[in-house]
Amino acid sequence: MSFLPQLVFAAVLIAAIWRFSKKAGTIARNIHLGKAQNRSDNPGARRANMLRVAFGQSKMQARPVAGVLHFIVYAAFLIINIEVLEIIVDGLFGTHRFFAPFLGNAYPLIIGFFEILAVLTVVAVVIFWWRRNVAKLDRFHKPEMKGWAFTDANNILYIEVALMFALLNMNAVESLLPEGHEAFIISNSIAPLWSGLSEGTLHLLERSFWWVHIVGILAFLNYLPYSKHFHIILAFPNTYYANLKDKGQFENNAAVTKEVALMMDPTADPFAAPAPDAEAPVERFGAKDATDLSWINLMNAYTCTECGRCTSECPANLTGKKLSPRKIMMDTRDRIEEIGQNMDANGGTFQEDGKSLLGDYITPEEIWACTSCNACVQACPVDIDPLNIIMKLRNYATMEESSAPSELNAMMTNVENNGAPWPFSQMDRANWTNE
Amino acid sequence: MSTLHVPTLAQMTAEGKAPEVLFWVGCAGSFDDRAKKITKAFAKILQHVGVSFAVLGTEEGCTGDPAKRAGNEFLFQMQAMMNIQVLNGYEVKHIVTTCPHCFNTLKNEYPELGGNYTVEHHSQFLNGLLKAGRLKIEGGQFRGKKITFHDPCYLGRANGEYEAPRELLEKLDVELREMRRCKQNGLCCGAGGAQMFKEAEKGTAEINHVRADEALETKAEIVVAGCPFCNTMLTDGVKNREKEAEVQVLDLAEMIALAEEL
Repeated sequence: MSFLPQLVFAAVLIAAIWRFSKKAGTIARNIHLGKAQNRSDNPGARRANMLRVAFGQSKMQARPVAGVLHFIVYAAFLIINIEVLEIIVDGLFGTHRFFAPFLGNAYPLIIGFFEILAVLTVVAVVIFWWRRNVAKLDRFHKPEMKGWAFTDANNILYIEVALMFALLNMNAVESLLPEGHEAFIISNSIAPLWSGLSEGTLHLLERSFWWVHIVGILAFLNYLPYSKHFHIILAFPNTYYANLKDKGQFENNAAVTKEVALMMDPTADPFAAPAPDAEAPVERFGAKDATDLSWINLMNAYTCTECGRCTSECPANLTGKKLSPRKIMMDTRDRIEEIGQNMDANGGTFQEDGKSLLGDYITPEEIWACTSCNACVQACPVDIDPLNIIMKLRNYATMEESSAPSELNAMMTNVENNGAPWPFSQMDRANWTNE
Repeated sequence: MSTLHVPTLAQMTAEGKAPEVLFWVGCAGSFDDRAKKITKAFAKILQHVGVSFAVLGTEEGCTGDPAKRAGNEFLFQMQAMMNIQVLNGYEVKHIVTTCPHCFNTLKNEYPELGGNYTVEHHSQFLNGLLKAGRLKIEGGQFRGKKITFHDPCYLGRANGEYEAPRELLEKLDVELREMRRCKQNGLCCGAGGAQMFKEAEKGTAEINHVRADEALETKAEIVVAGCPFCNTMLTDGVKNREKEAEVQVLDLAEMIALAEEL
């Protein structure tokens, strides 16, 4: 018996895992280019949220058609991976259907169940493809979905069909071989299509499908980091580290709190030198570039699978404004990727490229169209928070650039002068009681 | 109709009394002519039920919500610190407000700055009175009327309160017709995030017109809101469709005050 296939398999497996780990490491590095933010409180509630939202896909079901279809593909992915485990064992040790003897009569039932899942996956994927390419659902054809975003979405569907095709045919062809395992519930119906071929051809076909399936899976693994499909991994940490507080509670800027406390303290000496142990002043208020955002914001960006539920619920987008919460996430990811690539090309340090997230990717027109209604946050099936990014960009625009729309500046002047957004005197606040 | 007697917290404190609850009126409730009607309706209900309450009057200032949403964290925190000094000075424990923006800010964004209070939206407070048996609502003039309720973003999605306003409406024996987008999926009126104070960006439609259309689709005779800004936006949207003669836009507090003929 030749050990060559086993050696080749081991080499392919190691190379695939090594390459994937390297790219995943780069993404982790990029995410940590963001600012620190502590979200490790309340682990019990976080685990529960992750189980409910990511593992249990609770928010997907807000739209039942896509929700159910997605659940099929997701369940098939999780469960069929058990068979992938067998394939890896077989590949490494030169065994064939390693689990079969241990599982006895249960084995054909289990593999048969996998085959049913594979067929359901193909059905679901075909419907997905139809929704995207024939029915042309509006949310799949927004301006930000041109180019790679559109190609990527279809690539994933094609790869999934190809993998399921290889899996089913592998089982079908094997059943025609004298030494092969008998067919399972679905492959039983496919087998006749291949009958009449010589034993040698069948053997070659069986091996080909086996290799196409497993190499396809490893290739898909390596495709993930370049694709929106990376959500299958990041959905879990992303929901774990999600905001569990009321959605209306926007973050408090502690640096501002310090300064305001100082301004309001009548005993503070305005000319005092800062205490020697005082923290270094913050570089800027709010976010101008992707690196001003927190690591949670950046993880959100890499988690986004561009489904567009956020955008289709956004009141600004619904009424034809340029703002699209999905584009906010895609721009954030594209910009942090660009920064990461810049660093890699320059020995690990970022060389100023004269670009920034606000301005070159996201325009002021987009951020000022937001009503902060939280519809995007509510809609996201993996707890991404585009609103938090929009508010940080507004913080920068208003506090650092003073570039808020002029009507808002007038409103803020009123708040500052007379404690109301309109020019009414604070002394008249109780007039309604006598009117 | 009884006359309105609304003491300020300063007056009550001077008399050595402490109210059961502070009514945070808010800027719209204090200055906007339409919103003032909501303020008065709510004050009448409190008076009718016999809840001892007070307002801050001239000591109240904008919570800072529009400043924070417009990106001005400095101005927000200045407003917050001034209000917290006043509230803490009076040892305020319990606040009720008819504005979901004030409600959200006081409830969620003041604690980190040193302001810790029990804060309720008027729908929650009134529902509490109802459950305690202090407030009795009869259907009155709204019995059998077709109405729809618009969820304010800062009460609903922002704070997860969808039921308190609906439970109150149920007591009025109305026929509640939900809009296509309601509760978690409710569509914003278009005013939040400081949009109230600026022109909308270029687009194909106004958000409040779209939302008003959704309300009109239900064939409701009354569109009920729980926010002075939503009220303005929806009133404008209904007018835009020239339906103001047939369809009223009212606040929850106004509904109850009218039903009880206060």
